[in-house]
Amino acid sequence: MSDYNFAYLDEQTKRMIRRAILKGLAVPGYQVPFASREMPMPYGWGTGGVQVSAATLTPEDTLKVIDQGADDTTNAVSIRKFFERTAGVATTEETTKASVIQTRHRIPEAELTEDQILVYQVPIPEPLRFLEPRETETRKMHSLEEYGLMHVKLYEDISQHGDIATSYAYPVKVEDRYVMDPSPIPKFDNPKLEMAAIQLFGAGREQRIYAVPPYTRVVSLDFEDYPFVASKADHACDLCGSEQSYLDEVILDDAGNRMFVCSDTDFCRSRRAQGHVGRLGENEGEAA
Amino acid sequence: MTPLLQVKSLTKMYGPRIGCKDVNFDLYPGEVMGIVGESGSGKSTLLNAMAGHHPPDRGEVVFDTRADGPRDTLQMSEPERRMLGRTDWAFVHQHARDGLRMSVSAGGNIGERLMAVGGRHYGDIRAQAADWLGRVEISDARIDDRPSAFSGGMQQRLQIARNLVTGPRLVFMDEPTGGLDVSVQARLLDLLRSLVREMGLSAIIVTHDLAVVRLLADRLMVMKDGHVVESGLTDQVLDDPQHAYTQLLVSSVLQV
Repeated sequence: MSDYNFAYLDEQTKRMIRRAILKGLAVPGYQVPFASREMPMPYGWGTGGVQVSAATLTPEDTLKVIDQGADDTTNAVSIRKFFERTAGVATTEETTKASVIQTRHRIPEAELTEDQILVYQVPIPEPLRFLEPRETETRKMHSLEEYGLMHVKLYEDISQHGDIATSYAYPVKVEDRYVMDPSPIPKFDNPKLEMAAIQLFGAGREQRIYAVPPYTRVVSLDFEDYPFVASKADHACDLCGSEQSYLDEVILDDAGNRMFVCSDTDFCRSRRAQGHVGRLGENEGEAA
Repeated sequence: MTPLLQVKSLTKMYGPRIGCKDVNFDLYPGEVMGIVGESGSGKSTLLNAMAGHHPPDRGEVVFDTRADGPRDTLQMSEPERRMLGRTDWAFVHQHARDGLRMSVSAGGNIGERLMAVGGRHYGDIRAQAADWLGRVEISDARIDDRPSAFSGGMQQRLQIARNLVTGPRLVFMDEPTGGLDVSVQARLLDLLRSLVREMGLSAIIVTHDLAVVRLLADRLMVMKDGHVVESGLTDQVLDDPQHAYTQLLVSSVLQV
């Protein structure tokens, strides 16, 4: 253990954050303001998610942190170390063994259970922000359910690109009431927002917390003649051969060679451990 | 016949100063009312108070709603009033950029009201947008251009299309031809006149341009220092002004 209070934040702060979380769960999709604290990391590195995780963690929890699906990127590693040091909780890279998962920009491929909590890092919680810059006005639009403007954005997409080109941070309507920004997850992950686990969203700089309780209806906005499509790269993972997972494209050299790999590293590793092999899996398997 | 809009002793104060005071009138379906007066006479204040943009201090604005008949819009809840504002009411601003979303294409601008009342079929929305562009004499090849690429007159016509697409029954217009050159003004007036007749619109037009009200308005109210000093049929007021201020106003028009 360290000299820090458990999970860095003082108990009063954690109470304040828990109250915001409970309110968020009671009103799914509603952005609850909270008094975001200075954290020992810059804004944009997950200060919101870290505060929500800190208020959620208990000493018995097992924490997993992912960044774009990966356990081994800078952001994920430093946040995991942060909680190892300040909370002394067990950490894991295996999705199924974690009780609290903090994520940036992905939902894990493995289906989450009722015993798990998924904490998102959110840069801009307000889905209407780029359409209506005034916070007073967007709050009014939320309270009066005036969401026509959200469809104007999708209309513009279709008229300019022939299709809904928004591919991440795709707006959703929660429980037929609030329009919510699901954080910049790829729209491939949108259907997974209806899940058994509790989902908490923390935006540190913007000082907002919102939540989606288990089994809540989450509908991606679309048009009748341009329905929502959860898209991904049309390839199989080159390491594990999965055709169902969301893929990252990796440029291999300057001759145009590239490979597609699962963005969820734990999913890819566990599939390879089960003996699945992709196109480049045998030679590259260990290196990745 | 029930008046579409009844305004009863509407008063708006700016601190100790008068915005507009004790304004009363009825507007019947299909009627166009002009409000004229010099700058600072309270005509825009009156329009904004009626349209619910600035809450008035006293008075009633009773609108004959489709569902429940005559209701005081000032007593309505805000969602109801805003709903009215994007269905049965329309507001045409003097400066098109106040009434348009400059970063959204022309089609998106027209479609916004349709989507706000639940339109969820892209093809239908686009077809209606194209139809309305045609009705306001903008080529539908420009449907995906942004209003910032339009001339002042086109922007104003686009603003009118955007407002009329949901088939409102009452249109508030604040100096719709202000800042446009005369030939563009003439075409816009022509357009407004035919739209008003075709759709059977009621309208309240605020302007300082007497020629505009002569062409568009059936009835006229003359305002000075926040008070209505004279009202009546447009031709009657303009040809035989009774109040000293109206006489001044009418005689001040430049003759070409």
